[in-house]
Amino acid sequence: MRLTDTLRFARDAATGYPMRTTLSVLAMSIGVAAVVILTALGDGARRYVVAQFSSLGTNLIIVLPGRSGTGGFNPANAITSTPRDLTIDDAGSLRRLPGVRRVAPLAVGTSEINFGGKLREVMVAGSTAEFIPIRNFEIAQGQSLPEEDWNRGSSVTVIGAKIREEMFGNNPAIGQLVRVGDRRLRVVGVLKSTGQGLGMNTDELVIVPVSLAQAMFNSNTLFRIMIEANSRDAIPGVKDQAMETLKQRHRGEEDVTVITQDAVLATFDKLLGALTLAVAGIAAISLAVAGILVMNVMLVAVTQRTGEIGLLKALGATARTIRLAFLAEAAMLSAVGALVGYLLGQLGAFALRQLFPVFPAYPPDWAVIAGLSTALATGLIFGVMPARRAARLDPVQALMKH
Amino acid sequence: MPLIELSGIERRFLLGDTTVHALAGLNLQINAGEYVAVMGPSGSGKSTLLNLLGLLDRPNEGTYKLEGRDVTTLSPDEQATVRSSRIGFVFQSFHLVPRLTAAENIALPMTLAGIPAAERNRRIAQALKDFGLENRADHKPDQLSGGQRQRVAIARATIMQPALILADEPTGNLDRHTGDEVVNLLEALNAKGVTLIVVTHDQGMGARARRQLIMEDGRLKADLQQTAMPNLAQISG
Repeated sequence: MRLTDTLRFARDAATGYPMRTTLSVLAMSIGVAAVVILTALGDGARRYVVAQFSSLGTNLIIVLPGRSGTGGFNPANAITSTPRDLTIDDAGSLRRLPGVRRVAPLAVGTSEINFGGKLREVMVAGSTAEFIPIRNFEIAQGQSLPEEDWNRGSSVTVIGAKIREEMFGNNPAIGQLVRVGDRRLRVVGVLKSTGQGLGMNTDELVIVPVSLAQAMFNSNTLFRIMIEANSRDAIPGVKDQAMETLKQRHRGEEDVTVITQDAVLATFDKLLGALTLAVAGIAAISLAVAGILVMNVMLVAVTQRTGEIGLLKALGATARTIRLAFLAEAAMLSAVGALVGYLLGQLGAFALRQLFPVFPAYPPDWAVIAGLSTALATGLIFGVMPARRAARLDPVQALMKH
Repeated sequence: MPLIELSGIERRFLLGDTTVHALAGLNLQINAGEYVAVMGPSGSGKSTLLNLLGLLDRPNEGTYKLEGRDVTTLSPDEQATVRSSRIGFVFQSFHLVPRLTAAENIALPMTLAGIPAAERNRRIAQALKDFGLENRADHKPDQLSGGQRQRVAIARATIMQPALILADEPTGNLDRHTGDEVVNLLEALNAKGVTLIVVTHDQGMGARARRQLIMEDGRLKADLQQTAMPNLAQISG
């Protein structure tokens, strides 16, 4: 039989049993759609996190107290106790290093903000004026924290956009006195709204001078020191020098960890990439299930069409012709299923992007290609057995089944 | 040289623990252009003989020569090729593919043999005309009457211009009138030189054949040759 005739025969056979065909196409398309949507979610999460990290600032080097065994980011960093505090003077000493553009110490804690009888909990970030450009924040109203001696915190604050809205509504905020914890602070600036950021929502942040924050939280240590290098090339040099400087200041003990944004980014990239791969693997199981369903459907087709197979044999069809016809039908079912699933998946990813505009839910190319080819391969592999069974039928027995 | 030459054919089936001799020691010669009716009670081996002649089944012993060539030793695919080019089948229940149109059903043997579409279409047009099915080409089998279905089946059986047509109770599912039409069609094909072998229960139909093979218990009980055409056809027609 000619190839075009085989394909047409298979197509007619598939459309001749719409229910059975629809169900197997549906199963296959759900499998492929699952791969596309789940990997879109996984890869979207990766892109989102990477983008958030990039928005922390550019050419960032972050110093955190405590020592971590590896150079990369480690969740243990967050709970390691440190023998020696990371102080404001430590941060100050880093300002003089070559290749450093800006340095901002950071102390954080939660407190309450109170104005005109309104009270809410807020995240308080103690830092300096340079914190705002390092983190790529912008001032919407008023001005930044004053340039002053880091150890002498004046009683001022810069508040996030959402805090301003909740505390002041339509009234002017600049110049007002608010109570944060047990301090009375004057609002000097309001941050421009940036939306959800990684770790802390900047719209719900209150920024105060670093020494004031330390006094409020009764602590001498810093949460982080953020360093901005002059250029990307300067990052490794600054990192080494910052480590060296702090080691000297801490009497030769390496009790801090210096990480670069690049390293953090790479770690997250790797972590979430692996996650996406794992999710794709899980989704691929549904493809295998769909393949088995296609096999089932084809086995039913062979039973249903036994009489027809007998007829084809009587009319001179060779075993190869019958095998090819059934294999073509299985391949068609999975190909159409894969295509429909791909479209469904892209539609789902599109819907996700519409619902969550900040979330870049695009399926990665490798996942789409792997999903489609797995669908086709399973369809073909699971089509072989029914096709062989059809080709082996005894024509006399088969004809009697009519 | 006879068209068909069977010698010492044995066909045994195992039913439970008893062996049934469907065909036993069968010797038979049929010449090209003959019109043969195979008759006999159920279980006499008629259908087994037809399956064997159609290369759908193999004998346990003996040889079957078709056009002088021993076809019992051929591989299944070689037998398929012989079926495709030399043998046409007509079944009692028509055996049309329900999802294909009349024209597509007629074209099926050519499609399977890989004949190009242009040649197929030319032959289908001719066949539709010959069998009076021009207006039924695009009808599915369930939109056709019994007589029309059997005409489609006969058109399909002859489309590859076989030397031999095997008909298994071709009128079994038809009323008297359409049955006669179908028999006339088959006889017209025979008149053009195609060898026709019909398996039938119908005495009247069997009597129309020039040669009758009466089977019983897997053996040939009688082989009746008629020298002249019986006038039964004129009586029933």
